[in-house]
Formats: sequence, structure tokens, C-alpha cells
Amino acid sequence: MESPVATTRSATGINTGVLALYWVIISEIVIFGGLIMCYLLFRLRNDHWGEFAAVTSTPAGALNTFVLLTSSYFAVIAHDAATKKDGDKAFRFLWYTIGCGLIFLIVKSYEYSSKLKYLFADDGGAYWDAHYNNNFMGYYFFATGLHGLHVIAGMVAMIIVSKQVKRGQNFNRVELCGLYWHFVDIVWIFLFPLLYIAK
Amino acid sequence: MSEGHQTNYAKIYWTLMILFIISVAGPEMFPESKAVILITAFGIAVVKAIIVAGWFMHLAHEKKYIWYGFITSLALLFLFVIAVAPDVTMTKGHNWQSQIPSTMDSHEGHDETNHDDHGHH
Repeated sequence: MESPVATTRSATGINTGVLALYWVIISEIVIFGGLIMCYLLFRLRNDHWGEFAAVTSTPAGALNTFVLLTSSYFAVIAHDAATKKDGDKAFRFLWYTIGCGLIFLIVKSYEYSSKLKYLFADDGGAYWDAHYNNNFMGYYFFATGLHGLHVIAGMVAMIIVSKQVKRGQNFNRVELCGLYWHFVDIVWIFLFPLLYIAK
Repeated sequence: MSEGHQTNYAKIYWTLMILFIISVAGPEMFPESKAVILITAFGIAVVKAIIVAGWFMHLAHEKKYIWYGFITSLALLFLFVIAVAPDVTMTKGHNWQSQIPSTMDSHEGHDETNHDDHGHH
């Protein structure tokens, strides 16, 4: 396969893909950073949000933090293997990372369903209105939902790239997947104490 | 990423795990202490993020242009926060509603701060 013309930017000396990925991450910082800062502003002004936050499951959030930190380790090992052109190892560790992403989504689905079941309960949503129909939960679903979409996007990218490295192609893309995945991990590192610890 | 450096990823991973355990155990052991929660949960979150960014993302060895981008985005984020903070923290005005449940409202009494929380309709 012929290499693209602009593989490395001469002005910066940075690989084009890495540079592009960092542009994505830099713009994502404003998105998630703005989201987190808004939450902090609301939370500091409204002590009762701590009461609303009591419904989130700390063990589930902690499990997901453990899973994502572990997945970041797998992603960096995959990157290391790709640097050494070890396609089999890179493939294997990319799939370990994807597996961790899947566990994260399963735990998240459990959390969502344990809350949303009250919206469709026989009481006509009365329990939902009393405990979940508030701004905190709106933020919770939006922030974790947006983060979950990023997890899914990362998994899809890694599935595609894993097939390529298995064939001995595009090893540099493992680094791109890893960079994105680490950013997704960092976002969760901040969401976890905000939504699950500070009650 | 610049070449020519070796990183012990396993060591970094176990460091992250220890920090993670502290960040969960601290608030669980001292749930009433805001200082402990701030330090163990949020302080350690910042440390964990720096470790992941610095060593897993290799930002510690990355070229300066990437840092320029990060600094720019953080500056824009800071401007955004400054711009919206007065509105977000405001508890008065048209169409503003308190979300404090009536049960919590009665526990908190009717001091000046709480009065503000109800806003004006």
C-alpha cells in the first residue's frame, strides 16, 4: 500500500496522524472540560446536589475506573508492541482493551437500567420524579452518556485497526487509538469523583 | 512521540492502582471530611490524569507544539468558565426554579441563603 504524501509535518516534525489526533483531543478538552466546569459551578452553589448524587453506585463507578485504567495499560502495551512491529501482540492487547471497553459498557448499562426502570414503573413514574427527575441526574446521564459514546467510538476504531495490524499493516494507527483511549480514560478519571464520590 | 526513552508501564500501572484505591478508600473512611474527599478523590484524580497523560500518552516526551495546543484549549476553557459562571451560579431571575425537594427544604430552614434558592417567579 502506498504511503500518504503528508506522513510527517515538516514544520512540527510530528506524525500527521498524531497531530490530527491531538487536534481532536484538544477540541474534546473544551467539550468535556466545559461540561465538568459547569458541573463544578452548579455543585458548589447547590449543596443539595450531594443528596441527589446519593443514588449513584460508588462500587459500580469504582469498578469502571479500575477497568478503564487497566484498559489504558493494555492500550499502551499494544502501542509498544506495534512500535516493535509485533502484529500478533498488538492485536491481542488491542482486543484486551476492547474487552475492557465492553465490560465498562455492561456496567454502565446495569447502572442506567437500575435507574431508568423507575421511569416506566407501575407507579406512573412517581418514584422517578421523587429521586431521579432533577438537574443532577440530567447531568449524570448527559456526561456519562457522552463519555460512553466516546468509549464505543474508541472500540470501533480499535476493532478496525486490530485487523490491519494482524495483517502487518498500519502499525502507526495503534498509537492513534491509544492516544484517544487514554484521553477517554482521563475524562472518566474526573467524572468518577464528581458523580460517584462527592455525595 | 519522541523516540529514545524506555518506560516501565507495569510500574506506572501499579502506581495508578494504588492511587485509585486511596481515592476510593479515603472518602469511604472519612465521608464527613470535605478536606479528605477533596484531597483523596479530586487531588488524586488530578495526579492520575497527569500520570496517564504524561507516560501513557507520552506527553512528557512530546514536542512543544502539542503543549501549545493544550494551553490554548485550556485558556479558552477558562474564558468560557469566566463567561458562564455568573449565570450558572445565579439563583434569581425569571423562569428560575428551585429543585430542592420540599422535604429537604423544610430540614434546611428558611434562612437568607435558602430564601435565595427559591428564586422569584
